[in-house]
Amino acid sequence: MKKLMIVLIAAATLAACAPDKPKMAENMQSKKSAVTDIVDPTKGIGQVKNVTLHNPLDADRIQRGQDIFDMKCSACHQLTDQRIVGPGFKDITKRRKPEWIMNMITNVDVMLDEDPVAQELLELCLMRMPNQNVSIGDARDILEFMRKNDGEE
Amino acid sequence: MKINRIILLVTVMASLVVLNSCKPKGPGSVTTGDAASKVYVAPGQYDEFYNVVSGGFNGQISIYGIPSGRLFKILPVFSVFPESGYGFSEETKPMLNTSHGFVPWDDLHHIALSTTKGEHDGRWAFANANNTPRVARVDMTTFRTTEILEIPNSGGNHSSPFITENTEYLVAGTRFSIPMGDNVDVPISSYKENFKGSISFIKVNPETGRMNIEFQLRTPGFNYDLSRAGKGPSHGWFFFSCYNTEQAYTLLEVNASRNDKDFIMAVNWKKAEEYLAQGKGKKEKVKYAHNVYDETTHMATSSILNEVTVLDVMEFPDLVYFIPCPKSPHGCDVDPTGEYIVGSGKLAAVMPVFSFSKFQTAIANNDYEGDFDGIPVIKYESALHGEVKKPGLGPLHTEFDANGNAYTSFFVSSEIVKWNVKTLEVLDRVPTYYSIGHLSVPGGPTAKPHGKYVIAYNKITKDRYLPTGPELTQSAQLYSIEGDKMQLLLDFPTTGEPHYAEAIPASLIRDKSVKIYPIEHNEHPYAAKGEKMARVERNGKEVHVYMTAIRSHLTPDNIEGVRVGDEVYFHVTNLEQDWDVPHGFAIKGANNAEILIMPGETQTLKWTAKEVGVVPFYCTDFCSALHQEMSGYVRVSPAGSNTPLKFSTGDTGGQK
Repeated sequence: MKKLMIVLIAAATLAACAPDKPKMAENMQSKKSAVTDIVDPTKGIGQVKNVTLHNPLDADRIQRGQDIFDMKCSACHQLTDQRIVGPGFKDITKRRKPEWIMNMITNVDVMLDEDPVAQELLELCLMRMPNQNVSIGDARDILEFMRKNDGEE
Repeated sequence: MKINRIILLVTVMASLVVLNSCKPKGPGSVTTGDAASKVYVAPGQYDEFYNVVSGGFNGQISIYGIPSGRLFKILPVFSVFPESGYGFSEETKPMLNTSHGFVPWDDLHHIALSTTKGEHDGRWAFANANNTPRVARVDMTTFRTTEILEIPNSGGNHSSPFITENTEYLVAGTRFSIPMGDNVDVPISSYKENFKGSISFIKVNPETGRMNIEFQLRTPGFNYDLSRAGKGPSHGWFFFSCYNTEQAYTLLEVNASRNDKDFIMAVNWKKAEEYLAQGKGKKEKVKYAHNVYDETTHMATSSILNEVTVLDVMEFPDLVYFIPCPKSPHGCDVDPTGEYIVGSGKLAAVMPVFSFSKFQTAIANNDYEGDFDGIPVIKYESALHGEVKKPGLGPLHTEFDANGNAYTSFFVSSEIVKWNVKTLEVLDRVPTYYSIGHLSVPGGPTAKPHGKYVIAYNKITKDRYLPTGPELTQSAQLYSIEGDKMQLLLDFPTTGEPHYAEAIPASLIRDKSVKIYPIEHNEHPYAAKGEKMARVERNGKEVHVYMTAIRSHLTPDNIEGVRVGDEVYFHVTNLEQDWDVPHGFAIKGANNAEILIMPGETQTLKWTAKEVGVVPFYCTDFCSALHQEMSGYVRVSPAGSNTPLKFSTGDTGGQK
């Protein structure tokens, strides 16, 4: 029993000594998910676990998605495959899972710190994608717009 | 001459104090061993209090953390601030408009934090402009000046912006009496006959905070210095210290120091409301500006108003009473219970504490020693709770804790004196370095002081810091008041010259802090909400650039077709929606300033094209690894040239 206590205290002390990440990232983003939460690493990290897609595409969603894209995304992302600040959007829905895309949009700081694909992209672009304060509902609209951009109907 | 002897005595004592304090003692000798740990806020940890500090002659407010004394922000109020573009951007220029035109500077003395039921509510900070009379409102969610109201019929707004229990009213009392009305071209020597005082009661909308001058009191021609509202039992009353009851108009130093007693003026503002409801106020033609900043259009508008309602206190004998107070009173502070009013006569050897209930009884019994211009003067003893004997030299201001103690600053003897409000007994005294003006206990002017510290704001620092030439910093000093004895913990230099300050628990403000302006809600007429809307339009000699900023480019960043003589308006919209990512905009040769644009906001810098050439512009706020790349060019062609208007970003078609 005594030994267990010592171990526990030591563990607590170690944990307390570990350097904390800056608090801001946590405040700004939904709580960091533990590694065990990642059921499917290709879905990225965040609140979006499962997205069900429908065809035909939802025209209202596409329009809303385009409006948000124009306002918050188009400064850095083209609809072609050309990279300007960030990667071009063409064929993104073929390369990435819908969950990954929506987590990248809504949980970008955690994705850039922990998701291997997001980190590779950061090395390529050398510019942290900003948190554009997009809700999960709005991210779903952007996803619909991306599917349209990739030729789905 | 008695006065001269007193002045001599005071001077000698002051120099003794200074001489004594100037002996090098080393900073360690005045603090005890654990002081450092009490003010140490570890990296990444937060302070317990916000300290909202007036900047005096810099016209701004500074925000410090307590107990660390760290400076977080300089918040421009009455003075232009080229660092952010406040007063220079097209959107903020109207904030500094007055009936005298654009006034780029003022002297900001006092802070009043909004209260509900007499307690801090963390919504707004109000501040006065002492020179060109104005009152400002700062929104504590954005730490920005959102409203400025000019005060007509005022010679200098010193007795301001003190606040009632539920932020019903702020007051603005004129420091200098002046001739008012139709006949103002009068000899200065006709002071007694023609000069009047004026106290404005500014109503605050409980939802929006929007201010308007509900009424003005026309009062005898004195100097109105400071004031405090009643609270609890005295709610409905306001108390003003008055000096120069001699009505001197030259060499006030001597001529306004003759009377043994001046007055505290007690105003029954509930009574004033009754008279107004009965239509007894007189409308007067005046001219004053009212400036409001709209956080949806991101733009200020200034309107000129033309009328105030005036009640002449001489015509309403039960509206105002004078309480005699020795001698040239400065502070006039009401304790948390609302029962006691402390008068601090700058030249007096005692400090009177008046009792509100005795004052009410005296009125009921017509217990007057006479009148001044028809206004009843209460007998001194009848309103007096008692005097603090030999408290110190040159009392100025008093704040309170929650345990019935008062803390008074003494300018001449350079100390804070702690005393008990009921027993009037002096309990403790500590030196300040040097010449304290105002002081602040967190929640000290409210019905529920938070206590813990008292902060001294010192006028002189002499040998306290590394010298910086003839002009030295002012300072603040932090003392613990948790034990019986006050304990000096820290001193820190301040910006500007602090006068009054308030401290408020961080918990009342911190979580309400705005992080971004949602770009969806941006209704600025020149906003470019997305790069698709970025463009350049010509309208005669005006060129409007609808520009966007996001890490790390400006769009458009190549502009051609501007001609010499054009007035170019750069309307920059920050497309970022993340906290702490402002962008800046500066262009070579600008005669105004730069602008900082917060996430989701639009701000405009006007620039006149004066010479033929290609002129760079760039982002001034280090925003990313490619911040140095965040730049662009404007090509300026000769007047009358036909270079076509063109704009682009990322177009390299022309490059050979």
